[in-house]
Amino acid sequence: MKLYNRGIILAGIALFLIVLTFPFWYGRGKAVPPPDLKLDTAAIAALNEKLCVAPAAFMRTDHMHLLTEWRDGVVREGRRTYSAADGRVFEISLTGTCLKCHDNKEQFCDRCHDYTGAKPNCWSCHIIPKEVR
Amino acid sequence: MGPTRRDFLKMAGLSTLCLALPPRLAHGAAKVEPSAAAAPLPAAGPGAPGSLPGRRWAMVAEVGKCRADCRDCIDACHGAHNVPDFGNPKDDVHWIGQAPMTQVFPAGAHPRLPENLRNLPLPVLCNHCENPPCVRVCPTKATFRRADGIVAMDYHRCIGCRFCMAACPYGARSMNWRDPRPFIARLDPAFPTRTQGVVEKCNFCEERLAKGVLPACVTACKEKALTFGDLVEPRSAVRELLGKHFSLRRRPELGTEPQVYYIL
Repeated sequence: MKLYNRGIILAGIALFLIVLTFPFWYGRGKAVPPPDLKLDTAAIAALNEKLCVAPAAFMRTDHMHLLTEWRDGVVREGRRTYSAADGRVFEISLTGTCLKCHDNKEQFCDRCHDYTGAKPNCWSCHIIPKEVR
Repeated sequence: MGPTRRDFLKMAGLSTLCLALPPRLAHGAAKVEPSAAAAPLPAAGPGAPGSLPGRRWAMVAEVGKCRADCRDCIDACHGAHNVPDFGNPKDDVHWIGQAPMTQVFPAGAHPRLPENLRNLPLPVLCNHCENPPCVRVCPTKATFRRADGIVAMDYHRCIGCRFCMAACPYGARSMNWRDPRPFIARLDPAFPTRTQGVVEKCNFCEERLAKGVLPACVTACKEKALTFGDLVEPRSAVRELLGKHFSLRRRPELGTEPQVYYIL
């Protein structure tokens, strides 16, 4: 079988493969450092027990599910308080409860979201208290 | 060599048996949820401690008490709910507004009505209908009727299709054609804004009712022209007013059963 324009085609295929695999060999051996989340806000420092509404491990993996549950509970069913497993009761509010402790959104929420490529659209409506003019 | 006829029939029988098993057994143990997420939420919502008890919220507007050029209710509402002011009628977003009597009650207006009555500005807001057409047409159930009669919006689910705007006979709904954030004069951090591409409207101040406070427009009115209360409660302020005066509702012939009453 005869291949016309052999040189151009093979060069093209080689170039295509190089471009295709670029991210793999370019980033080889390099690791992006995991995000450095800051918990040193005044509100957290003032807590007797440094506890979130649920254990940290659960919050790390499932905070988005908890927030969705909170959101639907408040908006659609009018449930405005949350009883934690250990009996503590919280007002359900993203800006009032979550951001009261984690008022360093850039060093807490954003760093991990940037690292994992998550783009939550909470802030297109919910107001970050610190950013209010 | 493949399975014998006998083996094939055995497997087919077993597979059919598996189909009949309850899904939990068939799929193995379900993922164990952490106790925090599984903890039952307390029964809150309408009737939660600290909230105003109400089974059917309604509003009565005694428009004779309204002062000319008064915008107190509008300013209070729009300030409390971060309602943007785009500065042009095409993009207008409002939760409560003002309209002349001839527009609010077109069927009741006729050319022989005195001029002051024809031009009388009436407060107009979402009527929180008993039979809300906006709820019926919403394809995502972003707007829904709560047990206490409030026609609420779940902005998280709104896709901006504007069916509700077409369905609402009262023009109570507004579309955010643009990002509203830059057009809000003073952001109130206690209440979220909306985003581009969602429809918004009056929520009867459900966030205030949950805290035991009357709606912003009602508390802002110095003339006490707006009365808010529970229609089911026979001794409520709204029931007393409705029992004493002749009142009108907007376009009752449509069968939407509005729950904002006007005493002219």
